[in-house]
Amino acid sequence: MAQHDHTDHGDGQDHSGHDHPHVVDHGEGGHHQLGCGLHGHHGGDFDPGATAFHHIADANIYSVGPFGIPLPCIVYAPGEGWDFFMSSKFHYDAHGTGTHAYNGYVLDGGSIKRVDDDNFPDGLVEGVEIGHDSEGHSAMCYQDKLYPLESKSTADFGLFGGGITGFYDFSITKNVVSMLAVFLIMFFVFRAVASRYKSNPDRAPSGLQGFLEPIFVFIQDEVAKPFLGEHYLKFIPFLMSLFFFILGLNLWGQIPFLGGSNVTGNLAFTAVLAIFAFIVVNINGNKHYWEHVFWMPGVPAWVKVILTPVEALGLFIKPITLALRLFANITAGHMVIIIFVSFIFIFGKSGTVPAGAYGSSIPTVLLTMFMMAIELLVAFIQAFVFTILTTSYLGAAIEDDHAHEGAH
Amino acid sequence: MGGSIAAIGMGLAVIGAGIGLASIGGKAMEAIARQPEAVGDIRSNMILIAALIEGAALIAIVFAFLVA
Repeated sequence: MAQHDHTDHGDGQDHSGHDHPHVVDHGEGGHHQLGCGLHGHHGGDFDPGATAFHHIADANIYSVGPFGIPLPCIVYAPGEGWDFFMSSKFHYDAHGTGTHAYNGYVLDGGSIKRVDDDNFPDGLVEGVEIGHDSEGHSAMCYQDKLYPLESKSTADFGLFGGGITGFYDFSITKNVVSMLAVFLIMFFVFRAVASRYKSNPDRAPSGLQGFLEPIFVFIQDEVAKPFLGEHYLKFIPFLMSLFFFILGLNLWGQIPFLGGSNVTGNLAFTAVLAIFAFIVVNINGNKHYWEHVFWMPGVPAWVKVILTPVEALGLFIKPITLALRLFANITAGHMVIIIFVSFIFIFGKSGTVPAGAYGSSIPTVLLTMFMMAIELLVAFIQAFVFTILTTSYLGAAIEDDHAHEGAH
Repeated sequence: MGGSIAAIGMGLAVIGAGIGLASIGGKAMEAIARQPEAVGDIRSNMILIAALIEGAALIAIVFAFLVA
């Protein structure tokens, strides 16, 4: 059934884990075949779409240039309990696919998957082959036996093909490392700047202070003050944290060869930010705000019946679009850059046509540089847009009635 | 089949957003030309409305993904 060069072993024979995994033959053309009739993720025709999705996804490896730095894995499976280990246990290759299994977990394309079979041995198991079966499901071959793999649980309620599976992944992933890094950078930079204001408020800004002060003042004067009026000081810490955290993560993901982490292009991350915005807006909403939502004053009763459900829906649509906007903009930017780089592999036919690869690399580099310049702009604009929209929702929630008398 | 219909829907949503953004951009340029001193206000309002239009297009695109 498979062009498998281990057939001399015969089924059921004990390999005691000493046989080496197949060497992935890149660029041979045709589909790379693993044991048990599995298809490898790599080799064969280059798939730019799959490559792009692989690179924008979160991973249990932090890749800096050619090095894949292992990260701590924290996984929980109901009935089996917690597992703590480093992802180096998986002995992954450059694509993040491991050849070892550990306690029933394997690494497939950078993300942890669990072997969905109770008979699979615990502990370190060498010589597993990970690929996908003929239906495209992720699966693993070990000692000529096929094991299905399941992905980690996601909280998307099945909307994006995820859902609750057999295990939960609480690992310190690439995105978490990026968040911690940006958090620490922000903490030290802002503390240094703040202490300089404290020691001598009248000195002209210099260095980092000179870079941050105009941005800070811009958000304060152009965003916070016009929408929030006299209450603006109360919300400045929240708005500034939002803006600079999003901006920092946007820029962090832009640095080439530094993992290219896609934190603000992760729907879970943007959804958490939007939930914070939702909570802050609705906790601070005053009487007039709720009156406008549930019983719009100044319109006939039959209009109110139509308006109330729309306004109530609007309460939830606002944070949802906040999350989606940031997610889609940043993800699209990352994907476009990856697709541009993919042109080299498409025209070079995965390394078999060097002339195509060399020829296409020059326009590709130029296009990528142009795109990254635009993305630099988008990093600022999206951080600004998220902040200004949150502020405008907040402003609508806290404004006094007399602020728009005569508006209706 | 579902995927190709979703792709058409995605394209239509992007056309709508494109028309909206073009109209904002054009009107904002006109406004700035008439009143260069109000450039700051016009710019931030332009970005705000552009973001809202984008939101409508994004909802369409995400639903297109869900259908596909």
